[in-house]
This record gives sequence, C-alpha cells and structure tokens, in this order.
Amino acid sequence: MNEIVLAARGISKQYPGALALDHVDFLVCRGQVNVVIGENGAGKSTLMKILAGVERPTAGVLELEGHPIRLASTRDAAALGIAMIHQELNLLPNLNVADNIFMAREETNWGVIRHRSQERAAAELMLRLEQPIDPRTLVGDLPLGQQQVVEIAKAIARDVRVLIMDEPTSALSATEIDVLFRLIRDLKSRGVSIIYISHRLEELLTIGDQVMVLRDGRVVAESPAETVSVSWIVERMTGRAFGASSRSECAAPGRPLMTVESLSMTGPTGRAVLRNLSFQVCAGEIVGFYGLLGAGRTELFECMIGLRHAERGSIVLDGKAIGKLALPERIDAGLVLVPEDRKAAGIVPELSVRENITLANLRSFASGPFLSFAKERRRSEQLVREMNIRAAGLDRPITSLSGGNQQKVVLSRFLLTEPKVLLLDEPTRGVDVGARAEIFDMIRRLAAQGMAVLFASTELKEIRALATRVIVMSLGRMAAEFTAAEATEDALVAASSPVSAPREGGDSVYR
Amino acid sequence: MRRGKEGILSTAEIGRKPAAATKRSFPITGALLFRLRALIALLVLLAAFSMLSPAFLTTGNLTILVKHVAINAIMAVGMTFVILTAGIDLSVGSIAGLAGMVGGGLIDRGLVLPSFGVVVYFHLWLVILIALLVGALVGVVNGILVARLAVAPFIATLGTMYAARGAALLVSNGATFPNLMGRPELGNTGFPFLGSGSLLHIPVPILLMFLFGVAGAFVATRTPFGRQVYAVGGNERAAELSGVRVKRIQLLVYVISGVCSAVVGLIIAAQLVSAHPATGESFELDAIAAVVLGGTSLMGGRGGIGGTIIGALVIGALADGLVLLGVSEFWQIVIKGIVIVVAVVLDQLQRRVQWQPGKA
Repeated sequence: MNEIVLAARGISKQYPGALALDHVDFLVCRGQVNVVIGENGAGKSTLMKILAGVERPTAGVLELEGHPIRLASTRDAAALGIAMIHQELNLLPNLNVADNIFMAREETNWGVIRHRSQERAAAELMLRLEQPIDPRTLVGDLPLGQQQVVEIAKAIARDVRVLIMDEPTSALSATEIDVLFRLIRDLKSRGVSIIYISHRLEELLTIGDQVMVLRDGRVVAESPAETVSVSWIVERMTGRAFGASSRSECAAPGRPLMTVESLSMTGPTGRAVLRNLSFQVCAGEIVGFYGLLGAGRTELFECMIGLRHAERGSIVLDGKAIGKLALPERIDAGLVLVPEDRKAAGIVPELSVRENITLANLRSFASGPFLSFAKERRRSEQLVREMNIRAAGLDRPITSLSGGNQQKVVLSRFLLTEPKVLLLDEPTRGVDVGARAEIFDMIRRLAAQGMAVLFASTELKEIRALATRVIVMSLGRMAAEFTAAEATEDALVAASSPVSAPREGGDSVYR
Repeated sequence: MRRGKEGILSTAEIGRKPAAATKRSFPITGALLFRLRALIALLVLLAAFSMLSPAFLTTGNLTILVKHVAINAIMAVGMTFVILTAGIDLSVGSIAGLAGMVGGGLIDRGLVLPSFGVVVYFHLWLVILIALLVGALVGVVNGILVARLAVAPFIATLGTMYAARGAALLVSNGATFPNLMGRPELGNTGFPFLGSGSLLHIPVPILLMFLFGVAGAFVATRTPFGRQVYAVGGNERAAELSGVRVKRIQLLVYVISGVCSAVVGLIIAAQLVSAHPATGESFELDAIAAVVLGGTSLMGGRGGIGGTIIGALVIGALADGLVLLGVSEFWQIVIKGIVIVVAVVLDQLQRRVQWQPGKA
C-alpha cells in the first residue's frame, strides 16, 4: 500500500459560468510520480492551482500527511513544501539565474544580499541538474529550454515534499528531457512526490507511477502506470475509441512552391544562426524541420517570413523572389507564419474570437473605408465550423478559449489570407490530444489541396506523424534529410546532435 | 481506487446548485453596470449637482460646461488612439500652443519674408490648414521617434513637448498676438467664429467635439485602421505577423493626436481672439485623465472613444459643479486627483474579474 502524502478530497471549483472541478479525489503517493492526464479544459490546471495555493476550492478539503490544511496563498503552500513549476515560466528575465532562484527568500547579511553564497548554491544546483549554466547569466539571455531548467532549480532549491510539474518538457529537447527524467528519479529516491502533467503520453508512461485521468472536471479513471497503455489513456481522456495512429500520405509532390538558396544569417551576438541553407518544397508536401533547441528552426522561419533579415541567400516563392520584401508583402505573395508562442505572438488577448480571426485580412472585410461586421461574422462563423473551434460565441474574448481552440483561431486567421506556403512553428505546443489530431488532419487536407507546409517541431512523434519529408537542423546547418519512411526516431536524434559533441544515438526517452 | 465516493457526492450535490444559480445571474446585470460605471458616474454627478445647485441645470451653465469639455474632449480623442497603441503623447498641450501661435501669427502679422521685403497674408482657410499641418508635423516627429527610432513614447513626447513649447515662444519672441479679428481687405476675417460662433444654435466647439467624437469612434471601431490600432496595442508581435504595418500605425496615431491638438489650439485662440504662447500648458494631463476615466487601458488594446468623451464630461461636470457649489479651487484639484485614481482602481478590479480564467 502506498503512503499518501497529500490528499485532495471532494474538491470542486466553480467559476462564473463553468464548473471546472466536480468532486475530485486525488491522492499523491510518497516518492512516486503521480501523473494527471486530461484534455485542455478537463480541469488539470485548476486542480494543480488549488494544490499549489494559487486558487481556493469552492468545496472539498486538502490533507497533508493526514492533517487538514488550508492554503491561502502560494506562500502557504511553499511553507508546507508544496512547489509548482508552471507551464508558463515565472522567471524575471532582467535578473540573473541566482537572483531568480533565490527570489523572495534571499540570503542576507544585515539586510544585504549575500551574492557570493547565493551564486555558489545556484552553481551547485546547476551541477546537480547537469546544466552548464553560469549563475550570473541573465535569465533573459538563456534559451527557453535552459530557462525551464532554472525554473526547476528554483523549485528544488527549497525543501520540497510535493513538486507539481505542469508540462515541464514542452520547451525541452530530447537531451534535456533525459536530464529532467534523471532528476525526477533522483527526487523520487529522496522521497519527494511528483505530480506530473503533460500532453506527451509516451513520456507519461515512461516516467509515471500512478495515472489519473480527468475529463470535464471529473476523475474518469485511475491506475498504476505499468498496467496502462497509450490507447487506454486516449480512450478515457476523450471518451472515444483510439484509432490507429495516423500518418501523412506521401502523395506525389506537385510543382516547387518554395525554394531557399544558400540562406545565411547572423544573430544579434554575432554568432551565425543560419549557415548556407538550401532546400526546396513542393506543393502537397509537409516538410518537418527537426532539431534541438538552438538549431535555428525558429530563426529560419522568422527569416523566411521577414521578421529577421538574412545576410545572404534568396527565397523564392512560386517563382517570385520575396527575400527583399517587407512582411506584409510576403503575406500578399502567399506566405504565412503561425508562430511558436501563441500567447506572445499569436493571439491578441484584448480582441474577440471574430476580431482575432479576421486580423490578417481586414481589407477583404471592408466595404469602402469601413469594416463590414456582417461579412466578418459570416466568414468567421464559417471558419469556426470548418475548423471545429469550440467557442461560446464569436464575440467572446479569445482568452476564454482553451489552448487548442486558440491555436485553431490563429491558424484560421492565416488561412484566410489564402497562403500558398504555410510555415508552422511548433503547431501543437500546449494543445491537447483531441485538438492535435484535428490540427494534423487539417494540415494534411491543406497539403492535399496543393499547399506546401513547412513545420518545425522538437517532438519526434509530431515529426513522424505529420511530415512527408524531414529536414534535420543542427547549429544552423542542414544536418540531414529523410523521407518519411527513413525518419526513425533514432535516426532523427542522431542526426540532430551537433557534430562537435557526438552522443550515443538511440537513448531517446521514447521507447 | 480506494475511497467511498457516495457520501461526498450527495452532500456536495446539494450545495452546488444554488451556487451555480447565483453566479450565473451576476455577470448579466452586475458586470454590465460595472462596465458602464463612467456613464453612471456622470449621471450621478449631474443628478447630484442639479439637486445641490439650482444654477447647474440651466441651458447657460450646461453650454459653458460642454464648451469647456469640448476642448479637452477633442484633444483626448487623439490621445485615445495613441494610448490604444500603448503609447502616450505628452506634447499635445504644446502642440495646441504652437498651432495657436502659428495660426494667430499668420492672421495678425502675416508671413514676413524679409529677403523679398514682402508680407504674405493667407486666406483664413489656408491659415487653419497650415496650423493643422504644424500639428501633424509634430505628430510625425513623435511617430518617427517612437516607431522608427524606438524611443519610449513618454520620453519622445516629453522632448517634443519642450521643443514645441519653445517653438511657440519663438514665433513671437514670447509675446501675445493680441488681435485675431483679421482685416476685410486681406480676406482673413471670421476666425473668432471658430471659438464663439454658433451653427443651428450650437456653439462651434461643441459641434467640433461631436464631429471628432463620432468620426473618432467610427474610425476606431469600423475601419481596418482602427482594428489594427487595437491589435498593435494588444499584441504588437501578433499584429506584425498578421501583416499589420505596425510602424505606420504607430506613426499615424501620433499624427492624429497632433491634428486634434492643433484644432484645440485654434479653438482657444479663436475664443480669446488672441494667441498666447503659453496656451495649453498641462492640457496633456487632463486629456490623459479623460482617456483613463473613460476606461481605456494605458497598457493598450482596450477602451474606446465613447468612454473618452464620457470621461471628459465627468471631469468637466466635476469642475463646473464644484465651482457652483463654492468648493475651494484647491479642494477641486484634490477631488479631481482622487476621482482619477478611483477610476483606475475600478478598472483594475474589472480586469481581475474578466481575467478569472474560464478555462481549467
């Protein structure tokens, strides 16, 4: 019998207009990885916020080591040894790593911060996390993956009994995930209980001990991890039977739509970010760009759309050189980029669903100088239907939608411009399984209609499921190119490792 | 797993329904009233002052009130566009001063061209056009500083605030242009009509306020430009990726603000029939206050022209009513400050209610 550290009993959470949690019982076992699974909107995040003291439940009690507790704030939770690593990083980019780790509990000497001692402690933590990060580096200067590591360091810097990780791997490369999993096993052996949330199901089965599935705010299933399979989880999450995992068809590619020739770009620090990249993408193709963080995938896409400027090279879209054009002109030419970070670059939070859908195409909704709301509404309604966007109303704020539906709105916006070539940077980050399958289907349909799709991903599963061809990038170079059939996970991982630091192939976390 | 669900389920089932019922009815009435709080505040103020002072609710007083409001409101319309893009324009008062001086100088003294030994007088409409262009030009400078050179809006417009005020003083070496009646033989009479004339029994400044308010609201909500202004203020990067020419939008809002300010400068000069270089000092603060009272967020992307007009009316009614009640001028300033702070606090409360995550 497992020993229960933290217990949530009969937890309900009522938001205006929505019951987010409905009498949820959740037991956290000591020294185990307790996995919580559910689609976006199933109530995972709400439950975690309650456990971490961010929100208060409408009904129900929390017990720690058998004693009832009340968490009025995250401070209360932290004092009891409950820490949470949020999906969105809570770091201060303007401060250095050590300052971030010791934020609000600085080591002081007569009110003066002991920087040396903090930096030493931070350096030790980095050593434990196997990350060569100087504690004096500004967090804003670190790549996203390493920022995630700092967030983890911040959580384990204090004594934790229960560590909540909300999608900790969404920004990590395969190597960094290996490190994280080693760390989790280390924490487990010290008796720390982990609550783990992720959309990557294989990952959950690799690391998890206990699995609980939430749907619509209710617990629908629980089981020890060793007895469950991916299909078992998906069926319970979605309430649907799990179909065979689909793959994109390798249809005969059409005419070349996008030709990139010896593209090179230098980053702000003077480091070469893109080195002499050349490739061609034809109509009907879905080309996946795989690579570790810092491989240059995002930079490539941002350079193609015109957010950054290449020093050398040409970009030709359907016979038209677009390398010198401004961003709006490239959109007119038929190129769009659906960005990686939905919150920072995708949605406009102050605008409604309708206004977010029509943003890239306002000219076509104008009658004379004025916008026609009726036209906007008609077209938006149509897209909401076609894309199966679940929204309570077109005029509701975009922020009222779940992540997957927000992503569909952003996608709709760009499809309205009738692009010939679609650039997708991490198309399903933070998107639940159901919406992910829908987005995959949509991308395949678009390719079948003659669009050329280029997408970047750090997720092997996504690359393998979606791409008809894979280009692997490493340190700004094209490291390898595979057909869908050749692109095994081992081959991709091996090709993505920088040549200067070879690592044994095939030690991927996915098995 | 191992737990008795029955008992817990039944007790909480009882407690849930009434909670859901009360929560659902709240957003419709309560939240709506809360959102219309600026308008409600205005109505309450009007009602209170009418009861406290018999002189308040008279045509004469209300006309004076709205005429005062008109000046601030026109300026605040331009300011609203700037603030919707998450910018700020501190130079509006100085632009008003400069435009008034340029317009006044051209009427009173004409354009002196020493090298030709002639003085050129322009037709009145041309004078107004030139003054408006001066306002637009300062706006262009603001826009270039903010959009192209990435200077923080506060600093950029602080700089042009000083520069434009200095320029206003330089126009006349600090003197006033005392007579803007114009001369019939020069064809530039009629300027005072802009400040004290009436059309259909409505004073011209009030007509202009309506004109700018309605046009501004239309542009903001009904044109692609307006939508893009909201998008730039809401999420600049998303707007850029969507093909919005962000820099052009940022430039244009400062031009709009500059033109609105120039109009204000001309109205004031016309009302006084003289142009003074100090005109418009600290007007930027009243304009910002009207925008904020009207519910537009200083972070950009949220708010609108309608709110701004109401905000300007609240400030105007407050000032007018307090004078009628004989409240000390110093107390008036204190009260104005408190009202602005309370408005922003309420705005924050509204944000918090709205941002309560609907998603789990």
